[in-house]
Amino acid sequence: MSTVISFKNVTKIFARPDGRGDFTAVEHLSFEIYKGEIVAVLGKTGCGKSTMFNIVSGLIEPTSGEARVIGHDPFHEFAFFRGKIGIVFQNDRLMPWRSALDNVRLGLQILDCDPKESEETARAWLRRLGLAGHENDYPHALSGGMRQRVSIARAFAVDPQILLCDEPFSSLDEMTARDLRAEFVRLVRQNDKTAVFVTHQINEAMEIGDRVMVFHRPARIAYEAYLGSMNEDARRKVRDEIMRVLAVEQALAPPPFWQRRELGDQQAGEQRPHEGEETGC
Amino acid sequence: MTGSRTIRALQAATGMIVLAAIWQILSMVFPPFLFPPVPEIISRTIEVLITGSLLADVLLTAARIFCGLLGAFILGGILALAIGQSKTMENFVAPVLTFFQGIPALSWVVFAIIWFHGIEFRVLFIMVMTTLPAFTFQILDAFRSMSQDLFEMTMAFRPSRWSLFRYLIVPTIVPGILTAWKVNLGNAARVVVVAELVGATGGVGYQLLRQQQLFDMAGAMAWTLQLVLFVLVVQQTITTIENWALRYRAVSERAL
Repeated sequence: MSTVISFKNVTKIFARPDGRGDFTAVEHLSFEIYKGEIVAVLGKTGCGKSTMFNIVSGLIEPTSGEARVIGHDPFHEFAFFRGKIGIVFQNDRLMPWRSALDNVRLGLQILDCDPKESEETARAWLRRLGLAGHENDYPHALSGGMRQRVSIARAFAVDPQILLCDEPFSSLDEMTARDLRAEFVRLVRQNDKTAVFVTHQINEAMEIGDRVMVFHRPARIAYEAYLGSMNEDARRKVRDEIMRVLAVEQALAPPPFWQRRELGDQQAGEQRPHEGEETGC
Repeated sequence: MTGSRTIRALQAATGMIVLAAIWQILSMVFPPFLFPPVPEIISRTIEVLITGSLLADVLLTAARIFCGLLGAFILGGILALAIGQSKTMENFVAPVLTFFQGIPALSWVVFAIIWFHGIEFRVLFIMVMTTLPAFTFQILDAFRSMSQDLFEMTMAFRPSRWSLFRYLIVPTIVPGILTAWKVNLGNAARVVVVAELVGATGGVGYQLLRQQQLFDMAGAMAWTLQLVLFVLVVQQTITTIENWALRYRAVSERAL
């Protein structure tokens, strides 16, 4: 299988917003994702999943290490990835001034596709996602689930090789999220895409992924499991192990810097556990 | 919906009718050179509108306002986008614009008369200099209010600079641009009259100066009304464009 995404010792350090030193979001992260895989990245809020996601999508540059996507540097070879990566974000991020149809067409317009063809493609994707008849509706007139469907259609419409999803169903009710998850997996399989699915829900990760990677903070792989053809028993064991790994993280890791109290800040810098303090990751 | 619109129109008309009635009463008390009767003002207003040579003065003023606003809008738009993308640019330009904002319109008139010979260029210069800071800051505000989420989403498609401008930046700043035009229109109408009053040989300001010299209040009112009518027509046009351009916005059935 050919490697589509590879991280070698990738570290990302941000300057703290309060100007007091740095904050490591990703630390020596290494992994490979292969063509046709759906990889679920699991971790608690603030553990650097989204930073990893932004590095893959080329929106931010690693501080050190090497990130390659389809053999290219996603940050420096920005234009190479035109039409090759589709992203579904946590919130729908629809342009309020565009109808559902025009929101789906956005990527195709940016790629300078033929207007007639792009309209047909957008209509077809809206139909596939059960939004026929809503083409001319503006986002404010659509429900949360419908808007997220539009954003999925927008990501698929450009026919990308890689799909990146950042907790796309976390703001939806469970019934809608379950339907959309099933639809998403079906579309990825049917269209032979490679997908990275970031989530903080164990069930969602296990339902969607061929492989699950559990992140500790700063983002590094704490546990990894291939779920492919596992039976229910084996899956249960994996789920228990994931819960154990996340519980260990909860007990040991300091809270994210934005949750640290003035008084406990020095302790947190020394990586001590904070008893009784709410931890984010 | 139609009912409430009719009620609003009636309320607006009532206010104007009351004002006209008060004026008419005053015209009965005071001599006509101070308060000419309302019918005379109306007939003089219509006379300006239907007399080609007089209407030309109105159109000349309208053209000056439009050219001044357009110049300030283009320059302000370029400056706002440049400032929006560069902190250094902001450090250089923003204090200068703030300084310009503090200079009274009349000072710009004096500067223009001293510096330039051509009347049209003088007026254009005055119009641009008095409305440029407001245009720049208003467009800059609109640019800065651009959603970071939408920016990242658009960038994920790897747009060219032109695509980013066309598909994200322009729609984002359109509401700010329309507001800037509405705000600056009234300002420009006041400034253009001052500019024409002291340095022009045609236009509404020039005609107002003539009416003052002739002590003709009805004429002064008629020419003032030309300008008011012009501003109202353009404001309504901008509102119509705004309603069309921002038709995507959700409207609550319950008014605030």
